Amino acid sequence: MLKLVVCIKQVPQVSELPWDPETWHLQRELAEGMMNPACRFALEAALKIRDKIGARITAVTMGPPSAEEALREAVALGADKGILLTDRKMAGADTYTTSLTLSKVIQKIIPDFDLILCGASTIDSDTAQVGPQLAEELDIPGVAYVHELTIAGNKARIRRVADGFSETIEMELPGLVTINTTSEAPRYMSFRGFQQAFGESDIITHDAASLGLHQEWIGARGSATKIRNVYSPIAERGNLVLTGTNKKILDQLFTLFDDRIGGVVGKDLKTEKN
Amino acid sequence: MGEKKRAIWVFGDFRNYFQNRVTLQLISKAREMAGMIGGEVCVVVLGSQTAEYVSEYIAHGADKIYLTEDPRLVEYSMETYSFLMERLARREKPEIILVGATSFGREFAPHVAKRLGTGLTADCIDLDIDEKGLLVQRAPSFGGKLIAETVIPERRPQMATVRPGIFQELPHDFSRTAEIVHVPMPDNMPSDRVHIISREPSPAKEDHLEQAKIVVCGGRGMGSKKKFSRLYELAELLGGEVGATRPVVYLNWANREALVGQAGKQIRPVILFSFGISGAIQHTASIRKSCFIIAINKNPKAPIMKMADVAIVADAGQICNALINELKQRIRR
Repeated sequence: MLKLVVCIKQVPQVSELPWDPETWHLQRELAEGMMNPACRFALEAALKIRDKIGARITAVTMGPPSAEEALREAVALGADKGILLTDRKMAGADTYTTSLTLSKVIQKIIPDFDLILCGASTIDSDTAQVGPQLAEELDIPGVAYVHELTIAGNKARIRRVADGFSETIEMELPGLVTINTTSEAPRYMSFRGFQQAFGESDIITHDAASLGLHQEWIGARGSATKIRNVYSPIAERGNLVLTGTNKKILDQLFTLFDDRIGGVVGKDLKTEKN
Repeated sequence: MGEKKRAIWVFGDFRNYFQNRVTLQLISKAREMAGMIGGEVCVVVLGSQTAEYVSEYIAHGADKIYLTEDPRLVEYSMETYSFLMERLARREKPEIILVGATSFGREFAPHVAKRLGTGLTADCIDLDIDEKGLLVQRAPSFGGKLIAETVIPERRPQMATVRPGIFQELPHDFSRTAEIVHVPMPDNMPSDRVHIISREPSPAKEDHLEQAKIVVCGGRGMGSKKKFSRLYELAELLGGEVGATRPVVYLNWANREALVGQAGKQIRPVILFSFGISGAIQHTASIRKSCFIIAINKNPKAPIMKMADVAIVADAGQICNALINELKQRIRR
């Protein structure tokens, strides 16, 4: 049977993010989490393949212990199994070490995978780099920003739009795709799935030691990029504030800017009074 | 022989006009930084029939062109391009590689960085050289609240993808000359595991938003899909285009094509109406080039209100309706 791996990430939901002011890393364990939206689309793409031709789906995540929630959600939605990579030593990983760490667990537990599916990007760091780098790490072909995917034999048939081109692509398997949020909308959880996920579901945990990963290779220490500073970038313009009733606001707006707006629109917006 | 110059490379992304522009913008920034490290600006061009682009790149500031010109490169290919770029970078050892954050660039750069075993910062909105000569990369990060400043202290090359439209290209100077280094494609190319079956210009009206003089942008503060849909009516009256924030696209109130922000469009209208948008950095960094911003938000403390020229403290949906009515009356006359 086809073996699919879906990489998911739990991302913070809160608007105020807890930062560690020493290391400039996000204190993920303090933030309320949710499954990253594009990862849900990746899981949906895997579920669609399974519905059609059958497949076994393993969801993998790396994160704090609370990232197990995202795995349970994946199981509730239909994944067969979840793997949680959690280790304080893995914290602060850039995309280089994240893709390395994910590749190790996949090679160890599902070495005979056919297809890996990732979300195209995450809403927190939004690098879109882990998928392509994981493909490199495993020496398999990768295609990013996919919005339609079917499997035929040992090939994946892909459609996507990139840089103003609409492309149809055939990728040899095993391979990796990253799925856009423009693809088919994810399904909702069924009650049975919910029971399954929070009953005795098949979630296993790994850390650096169990994967044979030296701490020099992982987390912030192994990362090629170092965050040096983080700051808030609000550019202030000396601005005009309008308040009051809607009518008062619009009167002021048009009194002051009817020429300016009308000039761009190409229409005379003045009232008779003017 | 003197010591080899520290090189800043720019990937020559020439496939369409927009990509060509970001390459020129990067050449300009690379020139500035090359001055700071006593280095040279090299552009890597992989393709077939590239003479026109090569002369453009030289006229815009390249000191050196690495050129692989081969009929097999008639179409962009991720695997072939990554292979060639890795091979060349291993041989020439550049200090920095900059890639435009086009769709191709954002996929290509991580492949190359991984092959070279080095670091890569995504979608930078600013670059600098610090006192030690390191490349300082600034990119929006984590939920859109903040800018992260990243360096790659040890590994080389230092790599970054850079958002189009951030840097100004230099004026043409067709009297400039540059060294052209021909790099033939090797015979032992690995076979491509990804096959392009068809590639056609997408019919999506992609550029309208980026070129619109008036943009009406809506966020979650519009309240509902129904209320959001009235923005289209407003845009129609104003002869403008509708943009949307990421939450709105996720909620399916607007199409992905309308996304203004990181991973979406950069806009530069003469007038921007911003409805019910709080102003996360992924969004605001993409509207900064707007000449005049009118923001409508219930929260006077929302970040967008500080960067707006006119900050209207009110319900976005109501102001949208009132503005539609007002414009209908005024335009009728």
